[in-house]
Amino acid sequence: MNKNKIWWSSEQFWKKTAIWVTALMFVILIFLSFDTINKITVGSNRVPSYSVINKQISYKFDTKRNFQVPVISEQDSPLFGKKLTEEQAEKLVTHGKKIVQGRNCMNCHTLLGNGAYYAPDLTKAWLDKAWGDEKYREQLMINFLMEPEKNARTFGSGRKMPNLNISKQEAQAIIAFLKWMSSIDTNGFPYNFNAISQGEK
Amino acid sequence: MTINQFNTQNLNVGQKLAIKYFSVAVVLFAAQILFGLIAGLQYLQPDLFYGVLDFNVNRTVHINAMIIWMLYGFIGASYWLLEDETGISIVGIKWGHFSFWLLTVAVIIVVLVYLFIQWGPGTDATIWFINEGREYIEAPRLADIGIVICMLIFFYNVAATVSKGKVTGITGVLTLDLVALAGLYLAGMFYTTNISLDQFWWWWVIHLWVEATWEVLVGCIMAWGLITTLGASRKIVTTWLYIEVALMFGAGILGLGHHYFWIGTPEYWFTVGGLFSALEPIPLVAMVVHAVYDSGKHGFKSNNHPAMAWLIAHAFGNFFGAGVWGFMHTLPQINLYTHGTQWTASHGHLAFFGAYATIIIAMFYFAVQKWRGGVTIRGDLVDSGWKWKWSLALLNIGVMGMTIALLISGYEQSQIERAIGGSTWLGYFQAQIHPWFVEGLVWRQIMGYITALGFILLVWDLLTIGKKEPLELESKVA
Repeated sequence: MNKNKIWWSSEQFWKKTAIWVTALMFVILIFLSFDTINKITVGSNRVPSYSVINKQISYKFDTKRNFQVPVISEQDSPLFGKKLTEEQAEKLVTHGKKIVQGRNCMNCHTLLGNGAYYAPDLTKAWLDKAWGDEKYREQLMINFLMEPEKNARTFGSGRKMPNLNISKQEAQAIIAFLKWMSSIDTNGFPYNFNAISQGEK
Repeated sequence: MTINQFNTQNLNVGQKLAIKYFSVAVVLFAAQILFGLIAGLQYLQPDLFYGVLDFNVNRTVHINAMIIWMLYGFIGASYWLLEDETGISIVGIKWGHFSFWLLTVAVIIVVLVYLFIQWGPGTDATIWFINEGREYIEAPRLADIGIVICMLIFFYNVAATVSKGKVTGITGVLTLDLVALAGLYLAGMFYTTNISLDQFWWWWVIHLWVEATWEVLVGCIMAWGLITTLGASRKIVTTWLYIEVALMFGAGILGLGHHYFWIGTPEYWFTVGGLFSALEPIPLVAMVVHAVYDSGKHGFKSNNHPAMAWLIAHAFGNFFGAGVWGFMHTLPQINLYTHGTQWTASHGHLAFFGAYATIIIAMFYFAVQKWRGGVTIRGDLVDSGWKWKWSLALLNIGVMGMTIALLISGYEQSQIERAIGGSTWLGYFQAQIHPWFVEGLVWRQIMGYITALGFILLVWDLLTIGKKEPLELESKVA
């Protein structure tokens, strides 16, 4: 067949192209992955160290980047009034995340926008205005996690979080994880978030 | 050889194993639909099974059953075509049967644990034995290891058979694709507290499976299907397959970047993810052109009409579900408002159905045809084929209906919750109780029932089609 003599319609050409394109893209992905992993290591600018739970975190509009970013204050504002070392903080946040995984939170909620859509996103839950005042936030969060059906505010949707037998220690660990997660620079996601303490950076 | 009755004597050794995989796939497909219906109903009646079978449990089973039945479908499809392609019997068939039982027992245990234990304390034991709590790969670590063992056995069977027998373009691509498919699963098998890093690797599994290796795998099945049903030219089909691989991996590998907009990863992913994911529909267009051109060239004459119809449904479903619906919200400027809303659910439903469910259903029809001794399943069926035609229509209308209904809810949610409400707890619920949102979910549920009806008809048809048809003579195409 005459057609097969045209280079761009030959099987061999496309076979080689497929191999080279795949290899090239994969190499670029590996290269970018190394760079990204470096930039999202705990303690980096984008993903702060676990001891950030000792500080006050707010979500402010960054005029340069044109979206909100987490701002970590210099002043101490330790979670549950107890300042933790980096090691203790890591232990607490780790416990919190393992509880979040073990209770399968992600199949109702989203975390960083990923998960299920039956319940609110938890990315900036720590900064949510629903907690009213920063003074009462920690206690309200503990109350809610321990007895969600009693403290539910579903705005008429009727959707309530089930009681997952969360103890006070577990609730504190979950809150530590949520507080730490709220400090991650998520490029302005969620957008236009009405935070408990905000302003301009 | 027994005609018109299910008899495994009609099948080669790989195909005997394949029908086992297909049978379990159908059961898991049923579980996916059942638990999807319950979860959907909970949106409308939140007190349903509250505290007993909560939404997260139903949703976990819904999405896990889907992933696993599709995996069973792919493994079955590969075993089905392997002997035809390589010209030799499968090398380690005993191991294939062993891994089938191992995987099936593991799946049963995992599902029972999901349903009856549901959750555990925040310890490593929970991650190892109960639930890993990461969407789509919730299976506990112990089950992960079982899955990896099964995938390795499967890979060995394919690779060893291909290397011993005749290597074709289809089996060559299939073998290399399975290396990636098995390897990528490892990226989801470790614990890290750093949620950004967690999700970074998690997407390697989810995206690079669903939007790269699975797509190439169905490309192989499609190529084989076109040769089998239509008698299309192998040379042309194989060349197309290479073009599709080049385009699919060329766009899909870095298309991974569209999951790296908001999880803490750097801003350059806006550019990389936006650009390459915008290219992702191109191979899907190529697949449609390819399938329709080949079918048209052969005058849509085939020896298995339902399989042919489902292959065409696959070509279009893949393009619309994965291509169009994916592209609609893939650019970061739009994704900022749609990420984590019902948009994703809308896209997910049409993409998984259109790209994967359809082509596996086509394989089911190839299987029952040969299982009954190679009967003809053409347009002139004794009952005029009303069952397969109606199940095809109901399943497609049902899933398309769910997709559109969810999209309407998603539009409302991205506007009211995201753009106006600022994505807070209050903003979320304001969007959830809005009539436009609720109406969308009511329609989703109705369309879910239609889908379920189509599925019941499908199973009935698979069990009965070809019972009274004449034997297909050796000719490939009639």
